[in-house]
Amino acid sequence: MSDRPVRTLFSGSRTGVGYKIVFITTIVVFTAVFVLPFLWLVLGAMKPAVELAKVPVTVLPETWNPGNYAEAWQLMDLGKYFLNTVFVVAGAWVVQILFDVPAAYALSKLRPVFGNGVLVAMLITLMLPPSTLLVPMYLTITDVPIVGVNLVNNPAAIWLPAAANAFNIYLLKRFFDQIPTELLDAARMDGAGAVTVLWRVVLPMARPILAVVSILAVVAAWKDFIWPLLVFSDPALQTLSVALQRFAPDTPINLLLAGLVLAALPMIAVFLVFQRHILAGLTAGSVKG
Amino acid sequence: MSASTLLRPAGEAAPDAARRPGRRPGRLRRRVVENLTAYGFLCAALVCFALFSWYPIVRGVLLAFQQVNFITDPEWVGFENFERLFADPLFWDAWGNTLLFTGLALVFGFFVPFLIAVLLNELRHAEGYFRLVVYLPVMLPPVVAALLWKWFYDPGPGLFNSLLRVVGIDGPRWLDDSTTSLLSLVLVATWSNLGSATLIYLAALQTIPGELYEAAELDGANVVQRLRHVTIPQTRFVLLVLLLLQVVATMQIFTEPYIMTGGGPDDSTVTVLLLLYRYAFVYNDFGTASALSTLLLVFLSVFSFAYLRITRRADA
Repeated sequence: MSDRPVRTLFSGSRTGVGYKIVFITTIVVFTAVFVLPFLWLVLGAMKPAVELAKVPVTVLPETWNPGNYAEAWQLMDLGKYFLNTVFVVAGAWVVQILFDVPAAYALSKLRPVFGNGVLVAMLITLMLPPSTLLVPMYLTITDVPIVGVNLVNNPAAIWLPAAANAFNIYLLKRFFDQIPTELLDAARMDGAGAVTVLWRVVLPMARPILAVVSILAVVAAWKDFIWPLLVFSDPALQTLSVALQRFAPDTPINLLLAGLVLAALPMIAVFLVFQRHILAGLTAGSVKG
Repeated sequence: MSASTLLRPAGEAAPDAARRPGRRPGRLRRRVVENLTAYGFLCAALVCFALFSWYPIVRGVLLAFQQVNFITDPEWVGFENFERLFADPLFWDAWGNTLLFTGLALVFGFFVPFLIAVLLNELRHAEGYFRLVVYLPVMLPPVVAALLWKWFYDPGPGLFNSLLRVVGIDGPRWLDDSTTSLLSLVLVATWSNLGSATLIYLAALQTIPGELYEAAELDGANVVQRLRHVTIPQTRFVLLVLLLLQVVATMQIFTEPYIMTGGGPDDSTVTVLLLLYRYAFVYNDFGTASALSTLLLVFLSVFSFAYLRITRRADA
């Protein structure tokens, strides 16, 4: 980081022996605590089940069984659960963008009557711990008021509540607020309607914030457990997380471990590719320096 | 609230109003159209908030005083649900466990990330690597982390006791022993989550102007004094905010005990949310479950409002 102030807590040199010892110790400890568990998992998943039950444990597999991954994929029918998860996650993402971007734009730039009241009512929901709403939410999706449909085992039960995300609205509105109104007025003078202005002027400028909101949405939906557990009582529709915990008690340990690796891979890949955006999203909202 | 419309100097608005000859239908029509357009943009999100956020909030509180059975209409039962809850010995255990969990999680999850961030802020090499690996566990789906650590905790061939055996220690029984089970859950939760707190602290530390340290050093302050009088005051806001967020998050612990212990052994890991899940989705007693979630809501609101006040003050 170039904007980092040179002086920090310690004033000592960064070339001496003391610094090198601290640096190397930190590397070793960090690798042991945060990387080794992953390596241990990947290796464990390639051991035969008998070898995993032995004490003392082997570090490298005595018998290498990379085929465990394929076997786990087939035994637990992971392909199906991957597709279910992708479907649920993609839907949650699309609905959040499709519903929350126009809403935040309206609150920021169109400013209707009661707009501020609506915004406050949305932001208040951020103050409520989501798990305290589990029971009434569940009863709501079993019989959605007014329309009267039952959304149990329907991915819409994940998608629609996901769109009621005040944090998205807050992030997007704060970004739109910074776009000069003169710019939008100029476009309107040229005869552009509100939709055109959003589509042609605002969205191209909003790419960074759209990336942050998208990644937050995808990661949260992929990691979610308790809500999909309640929504999908039909095993064939379950997401990867829900299916894995259902299989865990009666799956051979080596195949379960292989399943864990496969379930973790997409998120690790997303992280490696979008690291910058993910870390930007982390410090985006609640906290300022 | 738009500052520009509120604070527009009166002199600017007045001539405009004076020029307007009474009511002009064109202007009114434009206002209506503008508002309709705006609410057109808002309606999808509004419907979602109304059905899946605002309505459940109200319903949750009402449910706490009702009994539902899906056949007849909900019946008002006064404080019966709460009485049933208070009579359940597990209710008190669950609160005790959850508070103990939160306390332990703060010891590890609040102080450790700060110390790590302070350390990382001093290092001038491999900064990208540190930031990458500390955040890796955060990306793991909680179910994967829980199942992985359950395997690590296996008293026989598990990773932890295998490592302890190497140095000649007979390891504990971790999840299978009611004295260590809760602590074991704290360790997983800390490992999975400390990356985000660490990186938020690191970002805050990097905004501290170097001159402050320089000045403190010129005044003869040693490292501990500089930490106390420069680092901590400069990051106080972030520390406080994360403390509150962490209390609210850890009080809602569910996935780890649900997957790793199921609440056992001897109910040592029954948390408030696990008990809530049992009442609602095992016993189908939604009224008592709602009474419990209402209590949790009231308890956590204290922290939420403290958070709101602190961040508001910082915004102003």
